[in-house]
Amino acid sequence: MTTYANPRNKIKASRSPQAETFNKKGVHVRRAYTVNKSASDLFDFWRNLENLPKFMTHLQEVIVLDEKRSHWKAKAPAGTSVEWDAQIINEEKDKLISWRSLEGASVQSTGSVRFIETGDRGTEVRVVLEYIPPGGQVGKLVARLFGEEPSQQIQEDLRRFKQLMEAGEIPTSQGPRGTCGSKKSRRTTS
Amino acid sequence: MKALVWCGKHKVSVETVPDPTIINPRDAIIRVTTTCICGSDLHLYDGFMPTMKAGDILGHEFMGIVEEVGPAVHNLKKGDRVVVPFTIACGNCFYCKRQLWSSCDNSNPNAWMAEKMMGYSPSGLFGYSHLTGGYAGGQAEYVRVPFADVGPFKIPEDLTDEQVVFLTDIFPTGYMAAENCNIQQGDTVAVWGCGPVGQFCIRSALLLGAKQVVAIDDVPERLHMAQEGGAVTIDMSDEQVYERLLDLTGGRGPDSCIDAVGAEAHGMTVDAALDKIKTTLFLSTDRAHALRQAINCCRKGGTLSVPGVYIGFPDKLPFGALMNKGLTVKTGQTHVMKYLKPLTELIRKKQIDPRFVITHELPLEQAPHAYEIFQKKQEGCIKVVLKP
Repeated sequence: MTTYANPRNKIKASRSPQAETFNKKGVHVRRAYTVNKSASDLFDFWRNLENLPKFMTHLQEVIVLDEKRSHWKAKAPAGTSVEWDAQIINEEKDKLISWRSLEGASVQSTGSVRFIETGDRGTEVRVVLEYIPPGGQVGKLVARLFGEEPSQQIQEDLRRFKQLMEAGEIPTSQGPRGTCGSKKSRRTTS
Repeated sequence: MKALVWCGKHKVSVETVPDPTIINPRDAIIRVTTTCICGSDLHLYDGFMPTMKAGDILGHEFMGIVEEVGPAVHNLKKGDRVVVPFTIACGNCFYCKRQLWSSCDNSNPNAWMAEKMMGYSPSGLFGYSHLTGGYAGGQAEYVRVPFADVGPFKIPEDLTDEQVVFLTDIFPTGYMAAENCNIQQGDTVAVWGCGPVGQFCIRSALLLGAKQVVAIDDVPERLHMAQEGGAVTIDMSDEQVYERLLDLTGGRGPDSCIDAVGAEAHGMTVDAALDKIKTTLFLSTDRAHALRQAINCCRKGGTLSVPGVYIGFPDKLPFGALMNKGLTVKTGQTHVMKYLKPLTELIRKKQIDPRFVITHELPLEQAPHAYEIFQKKQEGCIKVVLKP
């Protein structure tokens, strides 16, 4: 399995900036967002991996075990969950964090995030995420973690990161709705 | 609470719905004291806007009293009287920091939807379809206002609701459209559409130093109001617009042309008839007659300013004329926050009294009737103010 200690190499190799497949080889997503915050603020938030579920909706919980190792728990369909351990494999203060699941984990997962300051445009946050599900029942669950458009869902996660960092909260239009004569309650999210 | 709910094309009703509550730390709840129907609400009413859902609460022009604030809102308190911009903006992103409030990166929860249609998403808007966020609107007794530390603007006690409520949209929208014309001494500005935004375009262009403003419409009471505001008028139902504009400008053509009509223009020409058929069949989303005529009538090197709302893909735009004459195009949803302070000052100094545009003041319960007469241009209806 490849590790992406240098995500730039991976980007060059890709045909599309948002290449995405979800087949036997799993989910591969890369996306850049520019966030109007310093690289150091963004790095610090991300480096505390327990913050990730605040914007990555497929994650239920990340527990930091020690300086490098962490335990990840993702929501799976029908109220179940998938869990694995991961470790940080590369880290440059305010510039780069990359991680991968430990050998023998039920889900092979790697990820990296690079923070590049651009001066007055904010900080480019370049993320590469990869999930390679195993075979069998767990594999089926993992394959369904992200719904039908895994790339879209992970991109939305990263948008939430930008919103949380810039605006301090994630916008929602949850609120009252009318019924138009139907008996169904309409207080829902849009 | 009571709210005006969209149930389908030409179907709106006042319903009792749950009260909104604070959800995010930067939210506020506003008790609405005055709210209005906007010309752009008619695009929703007429079923032109995709991504509407039955049950959506309409309205993006509203003001009122702060009832409650979230823990992160420190500049407002219960009891403050505020106008609320129709654009929702976070105040911290690249766009907000450059006063491009209606391009805020972080206020549209459905940004992905707008990105599919436009490449990038504009800001969230109140009560204006799910493409722009799906936020419950202000034709209601209460509204949850996100990022309330950025948008709501406190109003001095000496100004009435009717004097300031149009700061939420149509006054800044007309003003920005005129400002976008970069008016120089001796300029003629032509305005298509004498609805409420057009009326504010006319007055703003004169305030900004236009020598002459020409207003184009075919509704007598609207032309009359434009005339009272200082415009020369063209009744397009019995005058040739291009010829009259040539005559009024000594053969040069207007220096700037403002399309204050948007997606649902009607006209007297073949292209307008074709648009009507195509949009009825959903072959096109917009009827762009006014836009085409504005492009054709504008002088070489002039400016085309478009405050009128377009939705998707207007048909048969004379892009050749636009290119060959070297027109400058300025458009966009209004960066309302940028204009609140200076325009409030204009009102206080009595340089403009926005109340001129009000033709109807009705209780919120009568909103369905108000939509009907506004849409059909009956009873001389130009602008409706609603009282919850």
